Amino acid sequence: MPLSLNVRAVIVSLIFLVAFIGLWHLGTLPDMAKKAYADPAYAALMGGATPAKSGIPSPGMVWHTAVTNLSNPFYSNGPNDKGVGLQLAYSLGRVLIGFFLAILIGVPLGFVIGMSPLMRKALNPYIQIMKPISPLAWMPLALYTIKDASFSSIFVIFISSIWPILINTAHGVSSVRQDWLNVARTLEVNPIRTAFRVILPAAAPTILTGMRISMGIAWLVIVAAEMLVGGTGIGYYVWNAWNNLDLSNVIFAIFVIGAVGMLLDMILGVVAKLVTYQE
Amino acid sequence: MSQPFLKVEGLKKVFPGVEGGTGVTVFEDIHFGFEKGEFVCIIGHSGCGKSTILNVLAGLDSASAGNVFMNGREVSGPSLDRGVVFQSHALMPWLTVIQNVAFAVTSRWPEWSREQVHIQCRKYLELVGLGHALNKKPHQLSGGMKQRVGIARAFAIEPKMLLMDEPFGALDALTRGVIQDELVRICSATQQTVFMITHDVDEAILLADKIVLMSNGPEAKIAEIVENPLARPRMRAIIHHEADFYPLRNHLVDFLVTRSKRIAEGHLPDDYDPVHPPLVRPTTRSELLVAKVG
Repeated sequence: MPLSLNVRAVIVSLIFLVAFIGLWHLGTLPDMAKKAYADPAYAALMGGATPAKSGIPSPGMVWHTAVTNLSNPFYSNGPNDKGVGLQLAYSLGRVLIGFFLAILIGVPLGFVIGMSPLMRKALNPYIQIMKPISPLAWMPLALYTIKDASFSSIFVIFISSIWPILINTAHGVSSVRQDWLNVARTLEVNPIRTAFRVILPAAAPTILTGMRISMGIAWLVIVAAEMLVGGTGIGYYVWNAWNNLDLSNVIFAIFVIGAVGMLLDMILGVVAKLVTYQE
Repeated sequence: MSQPFLKVEGLKKVFPGVEGGTGVTVFEDIHFGFEKGEFVCIIGHSGCGKSTILNVLAGLDSASAGNVFMNGREVSGPSLDRGVVFQSHALMPWLTVIQNVAFAVTSRWPEWSREQVHIQCRKYLELVGLGHALNKKPHQLSGGMKQRVGIARAFAIEPKMLLMDEPFGALDALTRGVIQDELVRICSATQQTVFMITHDVDEAILLADKIVLMSNGPEAKIAEIVENPLARPRMRAIIHHEADFYPLRNHLVDFLVTRSKRIAEGHLPDDYDPVHPPLVRPTTRSELLVAKVG
C-alpha cells in the first residue's frame, strides 16, 4: 500500500533537514575552514591557526548553545546578561500590548469606515499615506515624544499592526451581504445588536486575516525595533550576541525568533478557524 | 366602503439616471389592495418592478411617490409585522438552523425565556419538516431545506403579512412541488396573509387567491387582477383536472406571452382606470365568451 501524502511529506521534510544540517556540518569542519585560506602566508596573517573559533559555528556548537540557554532561560545577571526566555517575554509583552492596542482602535475604526462611505472616502488618503511608512521611521518621533524606549517600541508595534487590521475590518464590514442586513432590518434589530450579531460574525474571518497579517508584521518589526533602542528583548539579545561575536547565540536566536513567530501565527490560525463559516 | 387590509395607492418608482440624465420610471400609478388571509401572487416579466414593489411593502425600499397602508397604518419602514422570505434564503451561515430561527424569534419577543424561544423555533421548524436538522449549519443543507428554514424563520415571528420574493426560484421542480404543498398546508392552517412574487404560472394557480398581472417595464402598470376561480384547498395532484384550470392557465400564459408586451406598447382598454384595474375571473364560461367575440 502506498504511504499517505502526510507520511511522505514528513519523510521528504526530514531528508531536507538532514541534508541541511549535514551540509552545514561539512561546511564548518575545522580543516575545511583552513583550506579556505589557500595562501599560507595569507592564512597566517588572518590567524589561520585557529580558524574554527571565529568562523561560522557548527550545528553541534549551536545545539550546545541552545541546550545551555534553554536549560536556564529566565536568569538575569544584569542588563547585558539575561536568559533568552526573559528576553522573549519582553518582546512578546511589547508585541501583544501593541497588537491589542491596534485591535482596540483598528476594529472599531474599521467598522466606522466600513459602514460609512463618507468616512471611507474622507480617511482613505490618510490611510494610503500612512500605510507604506516603515514603522521604524516613527521611532525617533516616538522616542522624542514618549521619552521611553519600551513604550516607543510598543508604539512602533501599534503603528505597524493597525493598518492590516483597519483595512481588513473596513473591507469585511463593507462587504457583508445585503441580504443578511435586510434580514436584521425586517426583524427591527437595533444597530448595536446588528453590529454584534450580524456584521461582526459576518466580517470576522476577514478581520482575523488582518490580525494574522498584523501579527506577522509586528513580530518582524519588534526585532528591528529592539536592535535600535536596545535594553531588553529578543532583538537586543541578537544585537548583544553580535557585539560579543557570539555567532552561535545569533543563530540560536534566529531559530527562536522563527519558532515563536510560527507559534503566534498558529495561535491566530486556530482562532481564525473558530470564526470561519462555510457558505 | 371599508378599507382593505393592505392598500397600495399610486405607487411609483423612478431610478435616477446616469450623470444627471432623466431617470427611468420603472412603474407608476400602481393601485391594489387585498384582504386578510388572502394569498396574492404578482406575475410579470423581469424589469417590471415586482421586486421593488415587494421591497416597498417590506419597508426595505422607498417609493418615489405613493403610499402603502397596512391595517389602516402607513408603511414607512421595515417592521416585524411583515415577515420576508428572501429569494436567496439569506440564512446566516455561522448560525445553526435553530439559531437562525431563534435570532428572529428573540427579535420579535425579546422578553421570552430561552425555553420559550426554543419551543417556538422547534414548532415552526417541525412544521416545515426540519425537526431532525435543528443543529445543522446551513451549508450542510440542500437548497430546498435552506429555503424551508427561511420560511420557518418568517412564519415563526407570526407576522401579519408574509412577503416572498420568488422563494422557489432557485429550486428544482420536484423540490419546489413538495415545498409548495407544505406552503399550502401551513397557510391554510395559519390563515396567513401572503404576498408573493413568482414567474411560475402553475405556482400562482396553486397558491394564489388573487393574481396581480403587471405589464412590461419601464412604466409598468397593473394590467389586471385575476381572481382564482378554483376554490381552496387546491391540491397539486388533482388541480389540473378541474374544469376552470385551463381557462385560467391559458389566460395567464396568454398575458405573459403577448398581452404584457402589447400593453406596454400602449394597447390598453379605453376604460382602463389605474386606480381600479380590471378584475377578471377566467372560467370555462368566460373563455367561451372570449372565443365568440374573437
